Amino acid sequence: MKLSREWLHEYVAIPGVGDRDFAEAVTLSGSKVEVTDNLRSKVKNIVVGRVSSIERHADSDHLWVCTVDIGADAPLTIVTGAQNVKAGDIVPVAKHNAVLPDGTKITKGKIRGVKSEGMLCGLEELELDTRDFPYAITDGIFIIDEPDAVVGADVTALLGYDDSVVEFEITNNRPDCLSVRGLAREVAATFNADFKFPEPVVKGSGGDIAEFLKITIENPELCSRYSARVVRNIKVEASPRWLRRRLRASGVRPTNNIVDITNYVMLEYGQPMHAFDYASVNGGTINVRRAKDGEFLTTLDGAKRALNPDMLLITDALGPIGLAGVMGGENSEISSETQSIVLESATFNGVSIRKTATALGMRTDASSRFEKGLDVLNTIPALDRACELIELLGCGEVVNGIADILTPEGKQVRKAITLDPAKVNAFIGADIPTAFIFDTLRKLGFTVEGNSVTAPSWRQDIEHWTDLAEEAARFYGYNNIPEAAIAGDVQSRGLTERQRFERKLNALARAAGYSEALTYSLVPESGGVSVINPLGTDKTFMRTSMLPGMLRVLNTNRDARNKDVKLYELARVYLPQDGETLPLEQKTLVLAALDSGFYSLKNDLVNILTALNVPVPEFIAEGGNATFHPGRCALVGDYGIAGEIHPALSEKTVAAEINVDALFAARLPEAVYKEEARFPELLLDLAFTVDADVTAGAMLAAITSAGGKLLSRAELFDVYTGAQLAKGKKSMAFSLAFRSGEKNLTDEDIVPLTNAILAKCGEACNAQLRQ
Amino acid sequence: MDNNLLEQIAEIRAAALDAIVAALEARDLPSLADIRVRHLGKKGVITSILKTMGQLPAEERPKFGAFVNSLRETIEHELEVANAKLGSAAFEERLKAEAIDVTIPAKPAHFGHTHPLTIVHDEAVDLFLTLGFTVAEGPEVELSEYCFDKLNTPKGHPARDRQDTFYCDEEETICLRTQTSSVQIRTMENLKPPIRIISPGRVYRKDEVDATHSPIFHQIEGLVIDKGITMGNLKWTLNSLMRGLYGRDVQTRLRPHHFPYTEPSCELDIQCFECGGKGCRLCKDEGWIELLGAGMVHPKVLSGCGIDPGVYSGFAFGIGIERLAMRRFGITDMRLLYENDARFLKQF
Repeated sequence: MKLSREWLHEYVAIPGVGDRDFAEAVTLSGSKVEVTDNLRSKVKNIVVGRVSSIERHADSDHLWVCTVDIGADAPLTIVTGAQNVKAGDIVPVAKHNAVLPDGTKITKGKIRGVKSEGMLCGLEELELDTRDFPYAITDGIFIIDEPDAVVGADVTALLGYDDSVVEFEITNNRPDCLSVRGLAREVAATFNADFKFPEPVVKGSGGDIAEFLKITIENPELCSRYSARVVRNIKVEASPRWLRRRLRASGVRPTNNIVDITNYVMLEYGQPMHAFDYASVNGGTINVRRAKDGEFLTTLDGAKRALNPDMLLITDALGPIGLAGVMGGENSEISSETQSIVLESATFNGVSIRKTATALGMRTDASSRFEKGLDVLNTIPALDRACELIELLGCGEVVNGIADILTPEGKQVRKAITLDPAKVNAFIGADIPTAFIFDTLRKLGFTVEGNSVTAPSWRQDIEHWTDLAEEAARFYGYNNIPEAAIAGDVQSRGLTERQRFERKLNALARAAGYSEALTYSLVPESGGVSVINPLGTDKTFMRTSMLPGMLRVLNTNRDARNKDVKLYELARVYLPQDGETLPLEQKTLVLAALDSGFYSLKNDLVNILTALNVPVPEFIAEGGNATFHPGRCALVGDYGIAGEIHPALSEKTVAAEINVDALFAARLPEAVYKEEARFPELLLDLAFTVDADVTAGAMLAAITSAGGKLLSRAELFDVYTGAQLAKGKKSMAFSLAFRSGEKNLTDEDIVPLTNAILAKCGEACNAQLRQ
Repeated sequence: MDNNLLEQIAEIRAAALDAIVAALEARDLPSLADIRVRHLGKKGVITSILKTMGQLPAEERPKFGAFVNSLRETIEHELEVANAKLGSAAFEERLKAEAIDVTIPAKPAHFGHTHPLTIVHDEAVDLFLTLGFTVAEGPEVELSEYCFDKLNTPKGHPARDRQDTFYCDEEETICLRTQTSSVQIRTMENLKPPIRIISPGRVYRKDEVDATHSPIFHQIEGLVIDKGITMGNLKWTLNSLMRGLYGRDVQTRLRPHHFPYTEPSCELDIQCFECGGKGCRLCKDEGWIELLGAGMVHPKVLSGCGIDPGVYSGFAFGIGIERLAMRRFGITDMRLLYENDARFLKQF
């Protein structure tokens, strides 16, 4: 909402308050100022001049040399290329060192040998157009025709640049503040100033509305009030300058007096209005009803709109003439032929208007107000204000009476709220004086009787005493509320065990060299919960695996030729569950790297699990997962999967996807101190020859099962295939350690164990001790 | 006492001391060790002299013992002094030879990096933990009832439009949560006051991806419910967070605002770091930068969760993590946060 301070001052006078102080004060009382545009700074050193003489430039066939009277100072000689200037014309004169609205600086100089001490300005150079000054021409100098134009005077006021335009961010709950009147009320309360708001007075020109117009509301659930007046003998012409400048300042382009008045009243009262050509209202009847399937309406913008029963129409005896609250129909548009008009001032169901406007892609100033829910008691004052302006401008004769239906749905009963100032202060945590609380409410239009407060009709947002507390607090100033530490027990014991577990897992992944990535949980891969209104096919499903997203990230990095790409993410997958409304959201860890291999990934994963105090499970070869290399992939117990990505998808890429819920469930209890063994380990290395397909896992299982309690460690330290071995054979060398809790072991002590290990390895893996 | 014996001792002394001096002059550490062995060793000169003591008359033995001891001490002392002199010189030479170039650059360790959003997230969470908050988590695919209805945002409210909210069914009963306030509702339904939680997590809004928008982003919301909770408590909590994140001198202000689930509602601004409040491009000339939304929990929200607003009051707030992180690290394009370019990630 753009507010002209010049317009505002008609309702509340706050002399001497600068733009910055104004913005700060109203922002802190609840009307947030986005930006203030001080129009005065737009023009400098431009004055009203009178062309006293004009002659052709001696050296040019299109330039003119003017002598311009600028009042007290000596007349200026100015060269112009415009062809519409003649002696006696009143013109805007940019003097030496003048600044135009677009920032251009004008200095004196010579044009084809003739000195020129400034510039005569056209509308465009002043950032105006013929909507602002309809009598002027676009192509040429602006010949001023204003009774208050004084030669020598600065043009700022004349052009409407003696103003500051304040742009507000108005929250959804305050449609009343989408108006000069609403904001003036807030400003008056903020600055403790008087708020003047005269009731509009319509003289009327006789006649009786009942003879002209009959209204029915067929769908009262979508239209709570419909008020209308008829104006005859319309004279469609340009609006006066004061009205045009206020529209312009508010960001609305002037059109003609009738349209301008409806816009003006919308800005001033917050009530959108619409004018129909009375001649197009067939039968003199207006019915407000839902559209029917298959109905069409061509709106004012020339577009033919397909309608449906969710949309509300203004219809006459023959059919639709307007899309309620959104846009009028082309068939009832005001034209230069228009003699009489119907002025509509109504309130519609906000949700319905919003849905219609959104569905048709035509949100307008009107619809954006209607959709917030407007005050049913405001339709008639706004209508009267419009007619008062019509009479003031002499552009029509208002028929006596108002056609008006207030539906039972629209009749509102405001309940009084009991307000206890002590409770307000206990709630806010401040010491706001009782008188301040009630005075503030009165200034905002609330009715206060003792402790009983009734909200005005335009404050539909007020329902509870805490709403009133907010009113008092925001004018008292949120920043005057003292800070207070929260009393009472501190319940927190910090992060839960699970949360600490996840933080540790994050830290370990980073320690293993993986950098943290954050990928979108909406993915193109189907299978998970789908979104019915996605942003695109690549963000349609909630992921059930984090691998595809991570692989995309790896590919991006590969394309960027990034080095040392090792990434991890600990986030959720969303697994649909039978019989449950919501999916299971399972925390999942993904490790992934470019230019790596299975063993390196397995090292990292096992080291992370070990440091996390989670048992390291068996890695079981997995050849059936299409994402992975069939010979280089393993199930990691029941935690997840790890392997090299299938080379058809991505070369030399590894990834693991691990269920963090499972890791947490499998975590080992916290360590309990135990004494370190006192006797040293006895070390023994054994090398075996085995068939090439015998796994280290099988060998270690055989060794461990035969080694008994004294075998404290068994580690693979070498795998060899080559010339010294028969084809189809390989050698595996293990380093074994034995230790007893009771004594120093001797070589003799472990002979039976060694024999058992050799026997078991021979039996289970057909392994021969390598000599 | 036998003069011969005494002479013998004097000779030994003289010879030993000469040998020590000679070794010292020759900077010969091994011969010092040799001298020690020859004189003080188990089979050394002094031991063998002492062995002759038994042949002496009993009354002479103490005196003889004292002589030999004095000899031992003298040699020991001289050896020590000589060793110290020679030893330190040799040690210094060794140290000199071992000198290295300390300016040779360090080799990079291949630690992984923390995502900038996590850095800010963890820092904020830790601050809240010190203020006695607990971290609550909840589903991202959520019932609209928890995301909207119970937050005083009934059907038909603009926030529920399909152009703003992702839905998982035509009836719009399941959505992707648009705010983590849904976790607050779940907490209020499950816990009795006093409640002091934060709910961090992913949220979803139907915004096209651009430099300042992402359909998926992160929030930390907070909720405190107890008897006698005031707006002053809210201010203290938010200001404590700001002081923790930006230092004790941070200037903040609360500005009235509107949210359906809080009453009164406010936004917290911090004074622009760039211009110190004078107004600049960063703060759009306002001097202040909007950081978060907050307010006192709406009585309808409390009663909807079975908490009597006549007895309890509370406050809630919500912070966007992306905004904090982008400001903190000077990241100008939100897309960078989700592109996961390794070069970007390794900067933090």
